[in-house]
Amino acid sequence: MENTIYSEPRFRAVGDRGLLVEYGDSIDPVLNRKVRTVAQLCRTDPPPGLIEVVPAYRSLQLIYDPLQSDPPSLEGHLRSLEDRLDSISPPPARTVTIPVCYGHEFGPDLSVVAERNALSQEETVRLHSQAEYLIYMLGFTPGFPFLGGLDKRLHTPRRETPRTTVPEGSVGIANGQTGIYPLSSPGGWQLIGRTPLRLFDPEQEEPVFYKPGDNLRFAPISRDEYLQLTEGGDHV
Amino acid sequence: MSDLLLVLKPGSYTTIQDLGRYGYQDIGVPVSGAVDQFAARSANVLLGNPESAAVLECTVIGPTLAVLREADLAVTGADMEIRLNSKTIPAWSSFRVEPGDFLRLKQVKSGCRTYLAVSGGFDVPLVMGSRSTCVTGGFGGIQGRSLRKGDFLPAVGGPLLSNEQALPSELIPAAKQDDLLLRVVAGPQDHLFSRGLETFLGSPYRISARADRMGYRLEGPIIRRDPEAEQSIVSEPSLPGNVQVPADGQPIILLVEQTVGGYTKIATVISPDLSRLAQALPGQEIRFQTVSLEEARLAYQENEKHIQRLRETLTEPRN
Repeated sequence: MENTIYSEPRFRAVGDRGLLVEYGDSIDPVLNRKVRTVAQLCRTDPPPGLIEVVPAYRSLQLIYDPLQSDPPSLEGHLRSLEDRLDSISPPPARTVTIPVCYGHEFGPDLSVVAERNALSQEETVRLHSQAEYLIYMLGFTPGFPFLGGLDKRLHTPRRETPRTTVPEGSVGIANGQTGIYPLSSPGGWQLIGRTPLRLFDPEQEEPVFYKPGDNLRFAPISRDEYLQLTEGGDHV
Repeated sequence: MSDLLLVLKPGSYTTIQDLGRYGYQDIGVPVSGAVDQFAARSANVLLGNPESAAVLECTVIGPTLAVLREADLAVTGADMEIRLNSKTIPAWSSFRVEPGDFLRLKQVKSGCRTYLAVSGGFDVPLVMGSRSTCVTGGFGGIQGRSLRKGDFLPAVGGPLLSNEQALPSELIPAAKQDDLLLRVVAGPQDHLFSRGLETFLGSPYRISARADRMGYRLEGPIIRRDPEAEQSIVSEPSLPGNVQVPADGQPIILLVEQTVGGYTKIATVISPDLSRLAQALPGQEIRFQTVSLEEARLAYQENEKHIQRLRETLTEPRN
């Protein structure tokens, strides 16, 4: 797996205040771990002028103040980190469990995913909830996790016509990806269930309770349990 | 914190913004903030506020507001008629308001966005370090949405100016921009457009009707990716000013409400020029010109010097 990582990071200027740093070009857990480790080092020991570091699948972006820094000095800083990387481990991965009520009114496309893959609905739910997923990155909307590890037997194309509103908490599949919509938004993913958890709460100290690098599991709950958990409010 | 203004008419799209929310893009929270940072900062400088104080960003048609207490205000940005009761007020200058006054920002004559600053700034709660409204996330500003009739707008308040402040015309950017030339730094994926870059730099592009704080979709000659280049890339962080080229070859300039994307980016508009783009309306033609990183840095410095000159011009500098 190591060969998916470039021997030297590749640097690309992004306008007058961004530097994109690529460590490889694939979606790979080892590569992603390197990205997260570098991002963490940049936060604990920031180079002068750094405003923000944004890690993604295989690259990260530094946003800097052009009055205080420039790409050559940031590149120098990142190169100097290379030797230290082996001795540093990223924050220990946690496993977060997301309760999901599959099917019913919460997963209108569960039957579509099952039929397209010649599975029963029970088997579809079992395959989806037995896997452990890696959170590669968050984005698209606040708290939206890009997950790796969807069973090949569940891959299903997007809906031909996207829905204008996908309810908050919906769990969906699009091709080889699975994810959760933390906020109500338009979307074309096949919806197989919904979580009663509130995944994004801007008022909290930590607005999202999972991070890139964490593992995520889905735990099936019944419709009654879902309704109990949402009683007296939208989401818990 | 006490209410300064009551919204009688919200205008077409009015939100509270500051200079943006940094440090949360790793959880998918975009920077938001004023699209025309120059105008927002200038409005605050006029009142002696910190540049990052929260202001109103008004789009195309401004709001009508009732004044509830005494304060100084300033309007900058697009050319929009400003009426205080029956009197017309000049933009890019401070003016005093009293309880019972009515302030009306009318439809733009040229430009797209105006910024209204108030003494001390609008006092909505800080969410993740910023007062900016993020409408897609439903937080910041007033309940995470654009203004509605009946909203009360609280302000920090603070000492009033001892005399009215105005900026000399030579320091005010032109609201009307017939030839909008935006400076870009090539990349981050210009290497996938060895021929397409020529098309992009050599042709005018028109701003389509799909233009908002998320991004401006442009229409013009199709920008072709190199034959061996893949249509999309592994999703990566985006930056305001990125010029994305999706499959149809029609570029999109990303603005402030997005954190990641999977389309290739041929070039990135430099930040001082985003303030000029913020004033462009659908139908406007744009041309692009590449600059080196060093030229981009000088342009950034020049923009900061411009703000510094505004501050020095004022008779009552407070910060």
